Amino acid sequence: MKLAYYPGCTLKATARNFEVSTLESSKKLGIDLVEPERWNCCGTVHALSKDDVMHHLAPVRNLLRVEEMKKSGLIEENRVVTLCAMCYNTLKRANQVFNTDSDKAKKINENMENETSHYEGTVTVEHILETLKSLSWDALHSKIVKPLSGLKVAPYYGCLLLRPRGIGIDNADNPTIMEELLKALGAEPVDFAYKQKCCGSYHTVYMKEVVADLSYKILDHAQRAGADILVTACPLCEYNLGPRQTEILKRVTRFNQIPVIYFSQLLALALGLGEEATVFGENKPDPRPLLRSKGLLKEKNSDDRE
Amino acid sequence: MIENNNSMVNIFVMGKKHTVPADLTIMKAMEFAGHQFKRGSGCRGGFCGACATVYRKKGSYKLQGVLACQKQVEEGMIIAQIPFSPSEKKTYNVDKINANANTFLEYYPEIARCLACNTCTKACPQDIMVMDYVQAALRGNITLAAKLSFDCLGCGLCAMRCPAEIVPYNVGQLARRLESKYIEGPTEHVLKRCEEIKNRKFDDEIEALKKAEKEKLTKLYNSREIITK
Repeated sequence: MKLAYYPGCTLKATARNFEVSTLESSKKLGIDLVEPERWNCCGTVHALSKDDVMHHLAPVRNLLRVEEMKKSGLIEENRVVTLCAMCYNTLKRANQVFNTDSDKAKKINENMENETSHYEGTVTVEHILETLKSLSWDALHSKIVKPLSGLKVAPYYGCLLLRPRGIGIDNADNPTIMEELLKALGAEPVDFAYKQKCCGSYHTVYMKEVVADLSYKILDHAQRAGADILVTACPLCEYNLGPRQTEILKRVTRFNQIPVIYFSQLLALALGLGEEATVFGENKPDPRPLLRSKGLLKEKNSDDRE
Repeated sequence: MIENNNSMVNIFVMGKKHTVPADLTIMKAMEFAGHQFKRGSGCRGGFCGACATVYRKKGSYKLQGVLACQKQVEEGMIIAQIPFSPSEKKTYNVDKINANANTFLEYYPEIARCLACNTCTKACPQDIMVMDYVQAALRGNITLAAKLSFDCLGCGLCAMRCPAEIVPYNVGQLARRLESKYIEGPTEHVLKRCEEIKNRKFDDEIEALKKAEKEKLTKLYNSREIITK
């Protein structure tokens, strides 16, 4: 299955472990993710302001690239897969604006007049979790070579995959799609009350203490519920819950660090792929001691970058 | 080539109407009309980027960006030269910076304000995909940014049109410097030539040229070897 894949900037810069683990797993599952030859910023939070047509140009231009890929036969269906939760949210919402507000749609196309074609609104934006689900969890389960038995995983959704309701990939109040994935991988999903609470988002730039406070609550609740590790689908959540644990340590002396990784890294592990696909070496804190203690990774070898 | 059709056209230079021969470039037409260039003119061959010019034509909302030395006049052109664009050009030591996205964000953080509106691309007289190279720099794809911006003359029109106030040509220059320093690395033939210059291989030749008469220089210039693709 050939699908268009929109990467976004973070996956090309700081979340390489998210991209590599997903692309390698997809290859293994027979999903051919094709990156557009030309793409630009998804638009991030700019595009979320409602009355601003100018900021919708970035996401819609990317959707136009997907239509172009379809027209030139590079992909079979007008679907684009995203990994980053921010890119998913931005592209999906811009697409919704385009398809429900014909005045804005016209203005957006008028402002992209030097493109060779106009965007027609035909693209479906989906998250890789939805793509995997559409292929059925049983089909995925049958391809697992290393079941993650005994690993207690708390899925952390954050906000961008779920809200606003109209574009969420799952029930905004009680999402289960990552639990379903984790079960298919043979892991034990851990339910906890903070799975869709805010991580502090961009406050991480200027108000680290806000993020430290919110992240601590999320991590603490997950640990109390028995989790060994958390998984997420958002590079910003990953950063705020992972590397930012050093800020929590400065404030909460009793705090015990816990690994936070992308769901795709566990997927790659369960599919039997090695460090070149799982890229655990780029996570902070390092998840490998835990995975070794659970018998899911071999003992330390010289290839590990620690 | 431009053909002489013996006709005249009307152009407007900064609002004043002039009737000029239709086969002239904007630059020559302005000189025909009495303007004398002190700034806004350089190589006259489309290489230096000094003669950035914008125009609209009667009946069209489109604002076009061109080089005055390259674009032929057309009936009804309303013309203004933009010989200089104020820009914040950062100083850095290329030996001490890293080849990654953060370097672009450190020196030109405003690139994160790019809306992907593509106005820069529309303004470019060189038909460069300006927005695409700014976007490539933003995500740390130095090779792509360097490749796409390669034909940039630094005329400044992109910077004057950008709603995010980015100065794309400085970003492109940084990309090309990082590319040649850290990714491509030094090229064999350049190193070889530097060595030859150091060993004074061409000194006699240069001295001979310096002393040559105009006639001999003209002959040499006109019979020089030109390698085309």
